[in-house]
Amino acid sequence: MKPYLRDFVPTSYDDIPKATAYEAGYLVTKNAGWRNARPVLDETKCIGCLNCYLYCPDGVIFREDSKIGIDYDFCKGCGICSKICKLKAIKMEAEK
Amino acid sequence: MAINAKTLNETEFFYGHKACAGCGGSLAVRIALKVLGENAVAVLPAGCMSAVGFNFPQLCFGNNAIISTFAGTASMLTGVEAGLRAQGITDFHAVGFAGDGGTAICYDNEAYMNTGIQKSSLTPFGARTTTTPAGKNIRGNLRPKKNLFEIVAAHGIPYAATASVGYLNDFMRKVEKAKNIRGTKYIHVLAPCPTGWGVKTDETVEIAKEVVDCGLWYLAEYENGEFTLNRRPKEFSDVSAYLRRQSRFKHLTDEDIEIITRSRDEKWEFINQNFK
Repeated sequence: MKPYLRDFVPTSYDDIPKATAYEAGYLVTKNAGWRNARPVLDETKCIGCLNCYLYCPDGVIFREDSKIGIDYDFCKGCGICSKICKLKAIKMEAEK
Repeated sequence: MAINAKTLNETEFFYGHKACAGCGGSLAVRIALKVLGENAVAVLPAGCMSAVGFNFPQLCFGNNAIISTFAGTASMLTGVEAGLRAQGITDFHAVGFAGDGGTAICYDNEAYMNTGIQKSSLTPFGARTTTTPAGKNIRGNLRPKKNLFEIVAAHGIPYAATASVGYLNDFMRKVEKAKNIRGTKYIHVLAPCPTGWGVKTDETVEIAKEVVDCGLWYLAEYENGEFTLNRRPKEFSDVSAYLRRQSRFKHLTDEDIEIITRSRDEKWEFINQNFK
């Protein structure tokens, strides 16, 4: 199961389970604010080799049609995808 | 069919975590879980990956995962395994992800990074950490990196291997192989830490390749009592180029680099004699 964003954020003691277990993959915050630069795909250059998807430490790149998509909610802008791409199909653009 | 980017399980099991941008350790955990699948039960001791994966209520593992005590990864893994077997569950993979000095899958970032970069027994000679600072008299870590792979192999377990996040196809093959072997398995994966090593966040993978290419790390397996080398660089790339690009080594003198180069050559002499 892929962890995903939930609406409900536990805030009070009553919301927190008494046992040590909690639901897996329960996300309440995005990581987008960490980013200084965003990876932008040039679809004309991408051949769908999936190297960027493989080497992304955050797993935010996914297969889409025959190319890739990027989940900007969780991309931290490290730039590994841009560097690993042999075809230079991903450019890092400064966040404004 | 060999496992690769196209055949790998598309589901993410480690997502939304709070690791630094460009973290090599999180890449190793993410890929290993994708190979092991949703029935993996992960045990993580106090360390970077538990610190970034469980910020309640932000829980970044899609499979079952639990934090163990610092030195208790192996015993908790054993307990998980025994507990599931007692319930008649057989379709699972108990996996531990420990930092330098752990069990099962060791993501080696060459220091205690989550507490602020202290020397571990896997910190290489000459590296600057907060507990081995570089000054006038002492130039970083005085001790060589501990040879954990061969120490673990000496226990005669069914399978042990080294890997690097710079060569993920090799790492995935090893995790897949370990998945199908019964008993204790150990994979030591070198996972650069941009924060601790002093490299840019986009250089993690590149430097994880370079460390193998310059001969300071090697990709090998231990199976049936025999060591096998998986990758033999035709010619080593420049050790000083690898060291100089990291701020943790920037204080090293040419003599220090000479010492490191010599110890690399000795290591490879040993590898050439004892590894297939």
